[in-house]
Amino acid sequence: MQPGSGEAHQHVGSVHAADAEQALQNARDVYARRGEGINIWVVPSDSITASTPEDMGPFFDPGNDKAYRHPQFYKVPRGVRL
Amino acid sequence: MSQPDVFEYLLRLADDRLVLGHRVSEWCGHAPILEEDIALANIALDLIGQANLLLTAAGAAEGKGRDADALAFLRDELDYRNALIVELPKGDFGFTLTRQFLFSAHALVLTDALRSSKNTELGGLADKMHKESRYHVRHSGDWMLRIGDGTEESHQRAQAAVNELWRYTGELFMADDIERRLAAQGIAVDSSKLETPWRAQVDDVLKRAGLTVPSVAWMQRGGRQGRHTEHLGHLLAEMQTLQRQHPGASW
Repeated sequence: MQPGSGEAHQHVGSVHAADAEQALQNARDVYARRGEGINIWVVPSDSITASTPEDMGPFFDPGNDKAYRHPQFYKVPRGVRL
Repeated sequence: MSQPDVFEYLLRLADDRLVLGHRVSEWCGHAPILEEDIALANIALDLIGQANLLLTAAGAAEGKGRDADALAFLRDELDYRNALIVELPKGDFGFTLTRQFLFSAHALVLTDALRSSKNTELGGLADKMHKESRYHVRHSGDWMLRIGDGTEESHQRAQAAVNELWRYTGELFMADDIERRLAAQGIAVDSSKLETPWRAQVDDVLKRAGLTVPSVAWMQRGGRQGRHTEHLGHLLAEMQTLQRQHPGASW
């Protein structure tokens, strides 16, 4: 679901459907009843390749001790307004 | 200023939607899958919302101080002006969706024409209804293809629904003097002029769904004059019971 113009789509949920058009209608009926968005993408679940819980360590842990990957050592030059 | 013709015309539009909305709401909690349960409840709420606005406008046109609640809950069967097709029991899922498609296709061409009504309030309401009708046609039309061109059983049920409902479609296109007077003033639409565009739309979907239109010798009628089937009284009894037993009760 795209919450507003220019914003990135966000996952809002899943629906059962026989094909793409029905999935789109079901998503509209289930997730867009209260003005939640302006655009819907539906993707068949078998088209999604996902990491598994076992991947947690090798995928995400190595980032934790490499603080230099974050931008906090960069000093914002004077005159640049945030 | 009292406008009896406008009152009567708005009542017809409102009652079609109120009664069908109530019928469709009977699926709430009973539809075949959760997604469709919500979809039907959405459609029912759209229709009841339309009826609410139309009844409010009708009460104003009548000029006797009746609001939407008074018109919805304190009128008897004989004073209801809906077409017969909307009061028929919900039947099976195929029947409900077939009726929805036939009705929504009519609502689509009707509200499209009413958007340019000289009654600006009605024109504005038609604009809102048109948007909702477009989705109702898309949803119910899609289901027509699925059930008409689905399994042998679904096809049989869809065809049985078309056969049963077709004799009730004619009433939607019967204009009377009230309507013709309002049409001449640019306020209403002459219903008889809607049949051709409606039929083109319906034929296209039914053909693709593998369904055939039965030949019908007599089109049922009477709802616009308050002559209803046996089913409306039961529906109203359920819908009105709270206001009848506890007059003026509010949420």
